[in-house]
Amino acid sequence: MEYVIAFVVGGLICVVGQLLLDVGKFTPAHVMSTLVVVGVILDFFGVYDPFIDFAGAGATVPIVSFGHSLYHGAMQEASQDGLIGVITGIFEVTSAGISAAIVFGFFASLVFRPKG
Amino acid sequence: MATKTKKGIQFPLSKAEYKEQASKYRPKRNVLQNTFRAFWVGGTICLLGQIITNIYINFFGFSEQDAGNPTVATLILISVILTGLGVYDNIGQYAGAGSAVPVTGFANSIASAAIEHRSEGYVLGVGGNMFKLAGSVIVFGTVAAFVFGALRTILNMLWAG
Repeated sequence: MEYVIAFVVGGLICVVGQLLLDVGKFTPAHVMSTLVVVGVILDFFGVYDPFIDFAGAGATVPIVSFGHSLYHGAMQEASQDGLIGVITGIFEVTSAGISAAIVFGFFASLVFRPKG
Repeated sequence: MATKTKKGIQFPLSKAEYKEQASKYRPKRNVLQNTFRAFWVGGTICLLGQIITNIYINFFGFSEQDAGNPTVATLILISVILTGLGVYDNIGQYAGAGSAVPVTGFANSIASAAIEHRSEGYVLGVGGNMFKLAGSVIVFGTVAAFVFGALRTILNMLWAG
């Protein structure tokens, strides 16, 4: 069942992105930036964590959860260090995603040639 | 194009007339088909993410919370390899937002920029262009997280004080 929910919820978030592209005439960069900010705002209102409990990877795989993780890291540190923690903690949770993307992306540029 | 003059069109065209004429030649966006493609491809990527998460939970002893990070890293690795092989761009042509919205699209934008600009050298080309597309996501995400994080922290302080 959790696979079905992940599929449907993840698919629906992508549909929102596609509608922003087609109907809203956004560029892909605008769509992704918008969704990240939406993720931050949803987490600000405490909505995103219950959503992850419900949808699993359907909620964590879309880029929206990147915003959620940024906000989460900031608040995690802020609970200990106050306002300074907001700055020091922002990348705490998203480190895996950003580091993996940089490292793998760099090695890919060593190995692969541009296509087409 | 003046050569495409047809009977019944008066030149010069007004703005409204121009729009009417131009819209005939603009490729139609098939919203319904695009939406369906985005749905099933995006859903499949999330399904794959769920499978990877469960593998980490059941075979490597991660808790449900901690399994998120290795899952994202694994998806990114898969996406980078597919980007290098030129497969991910084909998926993107077909699926639109279905492949751009998941975290794999974020990795694809980084890897494809890195590979594409390699000919300009590793420092200026790869290093300088890697975040050309993904940069906006990180910038706006970080700024938003800071603004809302600071707001929440201040609210909490006022609440407690």
